[in-house]
Amino acid sequence: MAKQIRSPLPGIFYRRPAPDQPPFVEDGGSVEAGTVVGLVEVMKSFHEVVAEEAGTNVRFVAENEQPITVGVVLAEMD
Amino acid sequence: MALKVLKSGLLTTIQDLGRPGYFHLGIPMGGAMDRMALRSANLLVGNEEDAAALEAVFVGPELEFTADATIAVTGGEIPVRIDGEEKPCWTALAVKAGQKLSFGFLTSGARIYIAVSGGIVTQPYLGSRSTYAIGALGGVDGRAVAAGDELPVGTPKNTVQAGTSVPESLRRKTGTPTELRVLPGLYWHRITEAAQKGFFEDEWMVAPEADRMGYRFKGGRPLEFVEREQPFGAGSDPSNIVDSCYPYGSIQVPGGTEPIVLHRDAVSGGGYFMIGTVISADMDLIGQLQPHMPVKFVPVDMEAALAARADRKAAMGRIRTELAGG
Repeated sequence: MAKQIRSPLPGIFYRRPAPDQPPFVEDGGSVEAGTVVGLVEVMKSFHEVVAEEAGTNVRFVAENEQPITVGVVLAEMD
Repeated sequence: MALKVLKSGLLTTIQDLGRPGYFHLGIPMGGAMDRMALRSANLLVGNEEDAAALEAVFVGPELEFTADATIAVTGGEIPVRIDGEEKPCWTALAVKAGQKLSFGFLTSGARIYIAVSGGIVTQPYLGSRSTYAIGALGGVDGRAVAAGDELPVGTPKNTVQAGTSVPESLRRKTGTPTELRVLPGLYWHRITEAAQKGFFEDEWMVAPEADRMGYRFKGGRPLEFVEREQPFGAGSDPSNIVDSCYPYGSIQVPGGTEPIVLHRDAVSGGGYFMIGTVISADMDLIGQLQPHMPVKFVPVDMEAALAARADRKAAMGRIRTELAGG
C-alpha cells in the first residue's frame, strides 16, 4: 500500500527551491519525516511542504508549477 | 483561562466584526472575512456575536485549553479533533482543561472560525481586537498569533448545551462556480460594451495572491477601454483614474487584466478604475474561496442588492432562532 504526501495548502506547487536549482527530492528518491518535498506559493509567500513520514521510491504525481487545492496528493512512496 | 497556541497554522489571526468608521483615515474595517461564520461560532459558545475569535486560513492551528470551556468551529468544513478524536464543525463542543484542539485537511471553504466561550480578550484598538497586521493594529501586539502565545479568554456569560449545532441547510456554501453579484459603478462607462458583456460572460479563477486585502481573479478576457485623453491627475494607463475612494467590495482592474475585489483589510483609495462593487450580501462567500476556484460575476441593480442584503439578515435571524431554541 503506497504512502501519500498531500498538500495542506492550496496554491502553486514547486518542486525546486529556485528555478536554477535541483528538485528538493528526485523521483525515486527517499524522504525522512520532516524532509521538505516542495514549496506552495499562496497569498504572496512560499511555504514548505514536508513529508509526514519516512518513505522510499518517491513518485511525484503533481507537476512543477501545478495549481493545487488543499489535500491534493503530491507524491506517492513506499 | 487562556488558549495556548502550540502551532499557529499558516496565518491565524484574532478577528471580531472589525473597526468601521476609520476608513476615511486609511484604516480598514478589518474583521472576519466571513462575518456570518464568526457570528455563528460566537452564538454556539454563548458569546455576543461580535466577540473576538480566531480566523485561520487554509490550515488550522493547534491549541491547548488551560480551563474547561465550550468551543465551536465554523466557516469551511474541516475535521476537528479534540485530543485526536474527531468532532463535528458548526457544533458546540465541550473541552476540558489540558485538552488539545487540532485539525485535519480542509474539505471545503477557505477559512475557519474558532470561538471559545468568554471570547478572546486581547487589548482592543480603535474599538476592535481585529488583527490588521500591515498597520500593526489589534491582534497580539499588532500581529497574527504565533506558537507560544497564550491568548487571554474572558468569563463566559451564557452556557450553550454541548452538541447544539447550526443545521446544514443554514450554512452557506461556495458553488461551482460561485456566483458573485455585482452592482456596476461610477466608472462602468470607461469600458466598451463588448468588455462590459465579456466581464460577466467569462469564468474567472481565484488567483493564489488572494488575501485579506483583496481577492485577485484570473482567466477572463482583458478589458477594452473607451478611448479618451487621460484627465489631469490620472495615470497614463487607460485603467487609471484621478484618485478616488475605494469602497469595500469594489472591483479594480489594474491594466484591464486581473480584477481585484477589495476585502476587509483593503486600502481606502487610489487611482485604478472600478467596474463596480460586489454586493455586501456576497462578501462573506469570497472569504471562503480557495485559489483556483471558479467564479462568475453576475450583474444586479440596487433593488436586487438591497433584497439580497435583507435575505442575508433573514438567514442570520434563522440561525439566531435555531440556536436560541436549541
